Amino acid sequence: MKLDEFFVTGDPLIYGADVSIALTLIGAIFVLTYFKKWKWLWTEWLTTVDHKKLGVMYIIAAVLMLFRGGVDALLMRAQLTVPDSSFLDANHYNEIFTTHGTIMIIFMAMPFLIGLINVVVPLQIGARDVAYPFLNAVSFWTFFMGAMLFNISFVIGGSPSAGWTSYVPLAGLELSPGVGQNYYLLGLQIAGIGTLLTGINFLVTILKMRVPSMKLMQMPMFTWSSLITMVIIIFAFPVLTVALALMTFDRLFGSHFFTMMDGGMPMLWANLFWIWGHPEVYIVILPAFGMFSEIISTFARKTLFGYKAMVYSMVVIAGLSFLVWVHHFFTMGAGGAVNSFFSITTMLIAVPTGVKIFNWLFTLYKGRIRFTTAMLWSLAFIPNFVIGGVTGVMLAMAAADYQYHNTYFLVAHFHYVLISGTVYACFAGLYFWYPKMFNHRLNERLGKWSFWIFVAGFNLCFFPMYFLGLAGMPRRIYTYGIGDGWMSLNVLATFGGVLMGIGFLILVYNIYYSFRYSPRETTGDPWDARTLEWSTPAPVPHYNFAHLPEAKGHDAFWIMKEEKKQGKAPEKKPYKPIHMPSYSGVPIIMSVFFFIAGFGMVFSWHWMSILGLIGVLATMVIRSFDYDKGFYVSVEEIEETEKKTTL
Amino acid sequence: MESVEYSPNTPLEYQSETGRLNILGFWVFLGAEIALFSTLFATYLVLVGRTGGGPGPEELFELKGVLIETFLLLTSSFTCGLAIHYMRNHSLKGVFLWIGVTLALGLGFLGFEIYEFVHYIHEGAALTTSAYWSGFFVLVGTHGAHVTMGIAWISLILIQLKQRGLTPDTTRKVFISSLYWHFLDVVWIFIFTAVYLYGMVM
Amino acid sequence: MSNNEQTNSHSHFPWSHLIGFGLSIVLTLLALWVGFASDFSFRTIMIIVVILALIQAAIQLLMFMHITESDSSRIQVGTILYAVFIAAAIVAGTIWVMSFGMHNMNM
Repeated sequence: MKLDEFFVTGDPLIYGADVSIALTLIGAIFVLTYFKKWKWLWTEWLTTVDHKKLGVMYIIAAVLMLFRGGVDALLMRAQLTVPDSSFLDANHYNEIFTTHGTIMIIFMAMPFLIGLINVVVPLQIGARDVAYPFLNAVSFWTFFMGAMLFNISFVIGGSPSAGWTSYVPLAGLELSPGVGQNYYLLGLQIAGIGTLLTGINFLVTILKMRVPSMKLMQMPMFTWSSLITMVIIIFAFPVLTVALALMTFDRLFGSHFFTMMDGGMPMLWANLFWIWGHPEVYIVILPAFGMFSEIISTFARKTLFGYKAMVYSMVVIAGLSFLVWVHHFFTMGAGGAVNSFFSITTMLIAVPTGVKIFNWLFTLYKGRIRFTTAMLWSLAFIPNFVIGGVTGVMLAMAAADYQYHNTYFLVAHFHYVLISGTVYACFAGLYFWYPKMFNHRLNERLGKWSFWIFVAGFNLCFFPMYFLGLAGMPRRIYTYGIGDGWMSLNVLATFGGVLMGIGFLILVYNIYYSFRYSPRETTGDPWDARTLEWSTPAPVPHYNFAHLPEAKGHDAFWIMKEEKKQGKAPEKKPYKPIHMPSYSGVPIIMSVFFFIAGFGMVFSWHWMSILGLIGVLATMVIRSFDYDKGFYVSVEEIEETEKKTTL
Repeated sequence: MESVEYSPNTPLEYQSETGRLNILGFWVFLGAEIALFSTLFATYLVLVGRTGGGPGPEELFELKGVLIETFLLLTSSFTCGLAIHYMRNHSLKGVFLWIGVTLALGLGFLGFEIYEFVHYIHEGAALTTSAYWSGFFVLVGTHGAHVTMGIAWISLILIQLKQRGLTPDTTRKVFISSLYWHFLDVVWIFIFTAVYLYGMVM
Repeated sequence: MSNNEQTNSHSHFPWSHLIGFGLSIVLTLLALWVGFASDFSFRTIMIIVVILALIQAAIQLLMFMHITESDSSRIQVGTILYAVFIAAAIVAGTIWVMSFGMHNMNM
């Protein structure tokens, strides 16, 4: 293979990216070396098994991916603003919408949510760590290496260009002969391992690691939503694993699952992809629902309305989410009976979602609302999400879907649910739990600027797309003619997109600004909140709780505070040594080997993939023979730490 | 992770917090494995008959070999259960004996399966022949790969058992690997039914 | 942890394993007989052998794997039952959807 086939060449945009990637790397290496931080980075972060640090790393990675996916989005908007634009060529445009979709769903939305779950859930249930701290690190590092593998396709070998759904035959060997599609398959496969492990880990954590006094029906709503999400992950991700593996076999080893010849069935790919893909939608929306529940309840200063109805509707969603997948390809023509069945299940699943909307509204009713930035995101979510949801029910009608399918109407719909659901929640959760993670709040004034600009931009960008779709504009076209009459709405959409970009940049600036100027927290409870994570001091000690807290009902921390006001201070008990797991370098090394194996398979360099897989197995064997039992935090150290922290 | 009161009758593998958590976690993992294999089964069943002009299963499947594989694996699942039985009676010798038998039967199963695969390939039915055979080799091959992994994994645990004897840690590992081994037999029951019986009766 | 005690203080002869093994062999042979020696229709044969396979799987789970023995047995049983629901949805759903309304599946 020649070097100019290995590196992507010929496009000034990509040369620019090459330079900026190189400069960033050199800059990072220089800073780490100059300030002698390599050892610190390794011992404190790269080998950590602490759920709070892993959560922070997930979120940092997700924000980086949001940046990359956002740049992709703006490039698309730039191309589509005016008719017959030649800013991007067709293939480049295909690559960009493919990486935009894949990155936003797999490498931005999920890690952002999983990051917040990592930080918050163990604290909410009064646990000192997750059930399997080592696996948690493996989860993070396989996700990270999978994401990196996918991302380097951009400069080495070429990006995938068959859409984030990778339908065959387009994604097959004949029509996508390059290595781009292999990057998609292997990057998602490696990241998927991490997601499945997260699912198992947090399911067991939530079920078995709660403080003994917390009953299932007293868990905070975010914990409940995470539990249901983990159930969906556990049963949906193996389907993706298989689907990706089958396409990998088709492309690398000549099997005939999805080919056009020798009996292959291209539409079987769509079927398998969406058996995973639809539950995936709920994987990224349920934790968002949980966060909004916490935030709305906190800032309405009321306990959540209809707790049980919330829980049961999520349980129903978990079951139904596996029975609606065909609505993504009604137009395949599976027949009237099939389409009717899936049309009905799809409309059914809107019911529990509607129940939740009313619960939030009733929580707000007669609440003494504080309009913090986190609350603003949550309030904006409700009407915007309803728009997305209602248009979703329109799409659910199979007969009507033949009109909407693959138009901008669909694009508008899923951006309305995914952005106003998931992305708003990520921002809301970030503002809300930021003081728990970094010991200072994000600036509220900048936060509100960022909020208003982003929300205005979002509606300006995507609302016109409904009408573009109804006017017949198909998704994934790289340009259109002046006679189509789509220009004015496209200009509007691009303007909105730019506003969203500005909103995001203000958020990033806010992170820097608050780091410099925001006052440090003096209490662990900046929002006068209700659940147990806020009962931990600032900063949170690495063992989380010196004494395990007691949960006496819903909003356990609120009850503790009420009791304190009535003078019932909890008696001071002596500390006991706390058992904690040891840090380990195995997860990151194992994941590097996964990366090597994946990279080898992308280029069909089998020596390299075998080498990588041997490395993976070797690290597993090392782990199997490792009988490290962790360590105990001594009473002296706990006393020392508790004195330093403020409560 | 604090040690909890337990009765001396509690099996060793359940005596530590880690033991209880890991066993539960492995059950959850088996739930995920069910989803994984059911996707492979769904794929296989959809591709039945799509031989693209190549040979079909009714021409190649032979009852004798399949039965030998089935009974080897079924018996290995039984002997694996015996190993756990002896483990709970604190007989290290019994554990070694019956796990040894289990591994031997597992290797026998693998041998017959590899022979079967090679035979099919000789007869002109390989992964690349048609969609049907792609489905067959990947479904049955994934199971075979699991068996291979299982043999390697259990062998490693035997070494640890030799080094450390029966402790809460080693018994936990033996027990979890036994769950895995039984599960592979469960999967085989369905392969026997949905692939071989279906293919031969059709 | 009362259930654990039962499984540990059992007699020194592994009766439950032996019975499970015997039942598995019987069920396998029964499936063979139904498949090759009975004169049921193809459809009936497949229904019967699938039911036999499910019974045999249940025997493995209960008698060999002791799914009900730990203090998390409800979670374990719930997980497996939910997995069975998912498996049914995936297998039956995929076959139905990919038959494109033509019910020539022989099933």
